Amino acid sequence: MSAFLTLLFRNRLAAMGAGVIAAILLLVLTTPFLPLHDPDVTATADRFMRPFAEGHPLGTDHLGRDLLSRLLHGTRLSLAVGVAAALIAAVIGSSIGMVAGYFGGRTDNVVMRGVDMLMAFPYILLALAIVAALGPGLMNALIAVAAVNVPFFARNIRGVTVGLAGREFIDAARLAGMGHARIILTELLPNVLPVIVIAMSTTVGWMILETAGLSFLGLGSQPPQADLGSMLGEARSAMISHPHTSVVPGLMIFLIVMSINLLGDGVRDALDPRLRSGALSRPRATTLVRRQGDIPPATDDLLAIQDLRTEFHIGKRNYRAVGGVSLAVRPGECLGIIGESGSGKSVTALSVMGLVASPPGVISGGAVRFLGEDLIGAPYETLRQKRGDRVAYVFQDPLSTLHPLYRVGRQLAETIRSHHVLSKAEARARAIQLLNDVRIPNAERRVDDYPHEMSGGMRQRVGIAMALANEPDVIIADEPTTALDVTVQAQILCLLDDLRRERGLAIIFITHDFGVVAQLCDRVAVMYAGGIVEEGPTQVVLDTPAHPYTKRLIACVPEPGGGRRELAAIPGLPPVLDDLPPGCAFAPRCYKAEESCRKGEVPLQGPALHAVRCLFPERAH
Amino acid sequence: MPALKVEHLAKTFPLKRPLFGAAPPGARAVRPMSFQVEAGETLGVVGESGCGKSTLARMLVGLLEPTEGTIEIEGEALGSAGPAEFGKLIQYVFQDPQGSLNPRKTIRQVMEAPLRLLHGMAKPDRDRRIAEIFASVNLREEYLDRYPHEFSGGQAQRIAIARALAASPRIIVLDEPVSALDVSVQAQVLNLLADLKTRLGLTYLFITHDLAVVEAVSDRVVVLYFGAVVEIGRAERVFASPRHPYTSLLAKSAPVVGRSLAAPEQKGTELPDPLNPPPGCAFAGRCPRATDLCRAREPELKQMGEDQLAACHHPLEH
Ligand SMILES: Nc1ncnc2c1ncn2[C@@H]1O[C@H](COP(=O)(O)OP(=O)(O)O)[C@@H](O)[C@H]1O
Ligand code: SF4
Ligand code: SF4
Ligand SMILES: [Mg+2]
Repeated sequence: MSAFLTLLFRNRLAAMGAGVIAAILLLVLTTPFLPLHDPDVTATADRFMRPFAEGHPLGTDHLGRDLLSRLLHGTRLSLAVGVAAALIAAVIGSSIGMVAGYFGGRTDNVVMRGVDMLMAFPYILLALAIVAALGPGLMNALIAVAAVNVPFFARNIRGVTVGLAGREFIDAARLAGMGHARIILTELLPNVLPVIVIAMSTTVGWMILETAGLSFLGLGSQPPQADLGSMLGEARSAMISHPHTSVVPGLMIFLIVMSINLLGDGVRDALDPRLRSGALSRPRATTLVRRQGDIPPATDDLLAIQDLRTEFHIGKRNYRAVGGVSLAVRPGECLGIIGESGSGKSVTALSVMGLVASPPGVISGGAVRFLGEDLIGAPYETLRQKRGDRVAYVFQDPLSTLHPLYRVGRQLAETIRSHHVLSKAEARARAIQLLNDVRIPNAERRVDDYPHEMSGGMRQRVGIAMALANEPDVIIADEPTTALDVTVQAQILCLLDDLRRERGLAIIFITHDFGVVAQLCDRVAVMYAGGIVEEGPTQVVLDTPAHPYTKRLIACVPEPGGGRRELAAIPGLPPVLDDLPPGCAFAPRCYKAEESCRKGEVPLQGPALHAVRCLFPERAH
Repeated sequence: MPALKVEHLAKTFPLKRPLFGAAPPGARAVRPMSFQVEAGETLGVVGESGCGKSTLARMLVGLLEPTEGTIEIEGEALGSAGPAEFGKLIQYVFQDPQGSLNPRKTIRQVMEAPLRLLHGMAKPDRDRRIAEIFASVNLREEYLDRYPHEFSGGQAQRIAIARALAASPRIIVLDEPVSALDVSVQAQVLNLLADLKTRLGLTYLFITHDLAVVEAVSDRVVVLYFGAVVEIGRAERVFASPRHPYTSLLAKSAPVVGRSLAAPEQKGTELPDPLNPPPGCAFAGRCPRATDLCRAREPELKQMGEDQLAACHHPLEH
């Protein structure tokens, strides 16, 4: 909660809004106790007194009533009606939305058709129609304003509920014996509530304005009762001769609506999980670079990662996701990076092209060289030109590279045309060719599909086609086949293997599967807690792992043909990256850890071809 | 008496009716299948995404109503009882351990629901039972007052297993329970499951796409393709000497240390379209042994050697 408030008030506009609305609230709450005139007592002799007149700080209106008193009482009423309308609309609308979204199917169809119909009317007309049917009066205006806002809540909340209703914890609740009502109230509602609060905070200002509008037209509060709208309405005829009578309530409406909306936007932003994880600034186009120490000299590799360090600064903590990683590939070579989740594989890969989200990501040391040119800290334009054209990525989740609203063929064609001059028809033909290359059946027809019309495996193949589109020199594939079926995986691995042999493509292949590494990669680097613990030719590392971690990890993988058996496990969990143990990061889980392992940093050493970061490496057998 | 017996179980998802014309026949996610699981056995279910594994599992626990067929647990037919009735006999462990826990509930609230709602236990009994279950899955009791996001994948999956155990079921359907976990943790969870099974006399239906894992944990394995059973047999035999060409393709596709990379399948083969299923054998479009007979008549599941059944007109010989 306090984190939420800090975040909220770091946004200056929201803080200002909160200040203004708090002041107004304080005023209207204390109104009954203030020494004010009776707001409804007329004194025709004193009509249209100017502000700062004796006894009437804001002057009087056309009947000689005290404007300050009427303003405060009117604000009180307007706020109360607006908030009540917002609450009613939120409760009814959200209930409708939750029921429709949870049950889905026919219920959803019928309910949402009705809501759509309501939404099809311009809402001021709808409100007028409702008040006309019920008769004028503040209560009826409240009902009308609440009613016209119900669809807004119903739609928003339904959208959120549909997403939640498909989640596994709802199924789990049913299997735990919960009925529908209980699920909606105890499983769904707590998850939907923040969205309802956001929707309310962003609409209550408008509802106050709408009530004022109805009162202005004489359909809301009835004389002599004052609310902000009716005060404006009554002042209409004297607008030119005595402008203060309309300026006073007008200014108040402006202040209320502005401050509530600023605050509402602030609340919405502060509850946004994307902002919560980092600072309150927009993500930068490339990763922030704050390099300390020397920049390593160029080598003659195609792509070289040299002593790369990438950190995440979150609050006071500093997570060392990548702590000095060096890797290199030559044309036609496939380098595997293997390790468990959180070991820093993805962050290493993303750092190459400055794709780590900043904030919170910071590259704090090392270099990444493409043909000798340092990419770290390179201008955005240089990186943009190289992204996709020279170095392409394939991610585990293809949806991160595919736009949901465009046909895949068009996206492929655009990728090609962004780096090469080609006619539309040629680009389309090439797109079909690429889809065929990645073995999408019926490519001529599939080229016009939207991403959501394809299966996961199919989408991943499109993702690979996108990466291949511009015939890059290096492909960085981050677990590209992890979510795929084995038969599809086998085909994609073959495809990548062919490409590197035929076109000299260099591949950095990130995975956690030893089988895949063994089949595809020439060399492999094993990562643990942000560092490389072992690197060498695949065959050598797999046959004679030298690091205790590598050895234990290989033992954990069940091999086919072994029959039923107990599997080996590594006790414990990987260390937290903001609090790495001194010395060897694997020491707390290592069965042969000694006192010396926990002292200084253990260097990556050994023959150039097979390096290991361990003081007591396993012996070859 | 088998722990679980399924007969002609099938599920067809209706499709949206077009504006004009009759409703299309619907997507056949699970075609009529029959099998049984003996008490104390682990039956592995393998197949690729979209082959109907999860649809089958969801029917078994009552989350989805079958279009036809029956489910019997320990000799009792379950008809169309709701998930609450099923819940006491058969429970489910989901693939995504974080997704199966409500992010806004403490672990204690999650654990209490089945005890209170399925077994009507009073508070002291519940506390005792939760402590007992947590001890059996090696979780510390201080975790009970935390929220799901505070746990790693492996811990969250233990919690999900603990929740399933709280219902005291006879059978647990494990739907890809370790696919989201790292190998070092995967082994911890698999060993825990094996240990619980022997201690509590449970029966498992273990769904996965990982052949090595299924072999390591199962007694028998069912291979699904396109919504139907294509082969059943003893775990150690099915992949070592498959009779169905699809099982053989699966076995050859799995990446294995020490086997060189080879695409076991020719390019340009066509996957069947669930909306427009081919006549005859659904695998014919990808099968190197397919003949005209295969494309005309659907093969039935036939006994092939001891303990092994396959649905193929021209099974592989060994
Ligand atoms: N955007 C981010 N913000 C904060 N921490 C992150 C972010 N991305 C990754 N991390 C952290 O960096 C570490 C390394 O993650 P990652 O490279 O994704 O591991 P891997 O790919 O090996 O699974 C993890 O501890 C992860 O939590
Ligand atoms: S350095 Fe020591 S603790 Fe680390 S892996 Fe080697 S033996 Fe184990
Ligand atoms: S029935 Fe024919 S097409 Fe189907 S798997 Fe057997 S041999 Fe292949
Ligand atoms: Mg990753």
